[in-house]
Amino acid sequence: MPQVLKAPLAVEFPFTRSLGPVQSAFLTGLRERVLLGVKTVDGRVLVPPVEYDPVTADEIRDLVEVAGTGTVTTWAWNHEPRRGQPLDTPFAWVLVRLDGADTALLHALDVPGPDAVRTGMRVRVRWAEERTGAITDIACFEPYDGEPEQPAGHSGEFEDAITGIVAAARLDYTYSPGRAQSAYIHALSDRRMVGERCPSCRKVYVPPRGACPTCGVATSEQVEVGPRGTVTTFCIVNIKAKNLDIEVPYVYAHIALDGADLALHARIGGIPYDQVRMGLRVEPVWTDGSRFPDHYRPTGEVDAEYDTYKELL
Amino acid sequence: MTREIAVVAFAQTDHRRTSDELSEVEMLMPVLHAVLDQTGLKTADIGFTCSGSSDYLAGRAFSFTLALDGVGAWPPISESHVEMDGAWALYEAWTKLLTGDADTALVYSYGKSSPGSVRDVLTRQLDPYYVAPLWPDSVALAALQAQALIDAGDTDEPALAAVAARSRTDATTNSHAQLRGSVPQGDYLVRPLRTGDCPPIGDGAAAVILAAGERARDLCERPAWIRGIDHRIEAHGLGVRDLTDSPSTRLAAERAGAFERPVDTAELHAPFTSQEVVLRKALRLDDSVRVNPSGGALAANPVMAAGLLRIGEAAARIHRGESDRALAHATSGPCLQQNLVAVLEGDPR
Repeated sequence: MPQVLKAPLAVEFPFTRSLGPVQSAFLTGLRERVLLGVKTVDGRVLVPPVEYDPVTADEIRDLVEVAGTGTVTTWAWNHEPRRGQPLDTPFAWVLVRLDGADTALLHALDVPGPDAVRTGMRVRVRWAEERTGAITDIACFEPYDGEPEQPAGHSGEFEDAITGIVAAARLDYTYSPGRAQSAYIHALSDRRMVGERCPSCRKVYVPPRGACPTCGVATSEQVEVGPRGTVTTFCIVNIKAKNLDIEVPYVYAHIALDGADLALHARIGGIPYDQVRMGLRVEPVWTDGSRFPDHYRPTGEVDAEYDTYKELL
Repeated sequence: MTREIAVVAFAQTDHRRTSDELSEVEMLMPVLHAVLDQTGLKTADIGFTCSGSSDYLAGRAFSFTLALDGVGAWPPISESHVEMDGAWALYEAWTKLLTGDADTALVYSYGKSSPGSVRDVLTRQLDPYYVAPLWPDSVALAALQAQALIDAGDTDEPALAAVAARSRTDATTNSHAQLRGSVPQGDYLVRPLRTGDCPPIGDGAAAVILAAGERARDLCERPAWIRGIDHRIEAHGLGVRDLTDSPSTRLAAERAGAFERPVDTAELHAPFTSQEVVLRKALRLDDSVRVNPSGGALAANPVMAAGLLRIGEAAARIHRGESDRALAHATSGPCLQQNLVAVLEGDPR
């Protein structure tokens, strides 16, 4: 078996999320160094506040300011902070019940070691210097031995309340395509197209995915197909893609390689876009150093009869 | 309830730290074929197919549609997918069979955690406004729950270590398990949890076949009848919950009929030692109940399949005559956020 292929893959996305009125007030409050909770139907104060009562599902809107001081209700010592976490030095994860609240907020506590933290200890918010209206406007909590702070009774109304957040996220993977696709990619590096045949229905799939979607069995017999093929259907692309240096309009087509029972797709070049047609015979064009054909161009053969490719549309 | 529905076949892969040489469908196919072989059914005989998986684990978009290749889904079959553990896919299949629309169902799930960092991946399922921006990983959240249990006097570190040791000792008879035998309790990963308190990270898949009524008796010598199944969820704010208890598990168990008569076996989906403490309390399990004879999620935890594995393991014990009435539990989300309980029984012997 050829060597397993691997490549780094980063999945990164900035989710733009809109906020309900309670979330908007809470996060705007953080920007202004004001901590808000919301009153439930039975009079409990939830911090962080939510839009709906967790017990009754009633819409709740009664905002109440709470203190920046509170009590740790549970903790965990994180000696190896991970990317994105509130502090890059060892810290304690804590749930903190702020004075005036009945529920606890998750955040980090900045203490030198696990011996400096215990359930029941008193803490205070440390604000971030730059605040935008996000949970990270609280930099972390820190130990506190003074009197509980007294909230000023803020109404929860703000100038320039934020209505949304952008939540960036990035996850890193080491991608591995599996047996069948690895074999396909290895063959491509020799400029060969190798599909796999279903042992049951005998169809040849290219690119192979390791299984026959009709029979539900593993494919394994490798079959070299092409390099020539037939355009089964196509479209004309008129919108220039970002980061893609191809002049529009151009043709993108389904191509049934000779010997394959599944069409793959690729760009058609070497012919004016408005002369591409179903049945056009094409062959791959490789560029130096590339691991797959850059595009396909006409072979000059007579067009294929419709009946020869109608099952592959 | 008008129809009796049973688990009639179960299969699982060996669970391993990595499976670089296999795509998800390549990993999955052997277990699909195994459950079909056990029953003698062919793909075309299956009335409904339902799967559970998450593309975030391997970072592979639409992997669940690629996985369908392994089922033989073309021409189109009656099929569904949940972005949840396969136990919830089984729940959907069970309701489908209850309606009478199908007599048999194939349920499968798989997870490849090896390509990514599962502790970080799982942060993306958290509240996106107040929690996810802090990137609290799955071990950190479980550690907060463990500390709450220690503070409440419900457990201590030696008791947690005993749960870990018992699970991996039991797993010595489970050839599919990833962590077996003597496993050091290790250093703190996030205190108070040590590496031994945490599940192995790995890749794996599981499949079961459900059948209704007489069909189940035709396909299996001793079907594992689903007497009840229910799932419930906690409030999503971690700080709203009492982390030392699991009212959602208790309610699901009550609705599934778990408290009507004692069970002899319980397969609990407790990825962290401390979570077994919570579940034993919520489910009122005493020492007469055999808990996780398979080794449980501490021995093999393919995310998205580990809950379905619990139902499969419980059913397999009934198939083999090693249990007459078993409870199977599955969980999802941080700190036992969502819980499913099924009660399985074999016919009297």
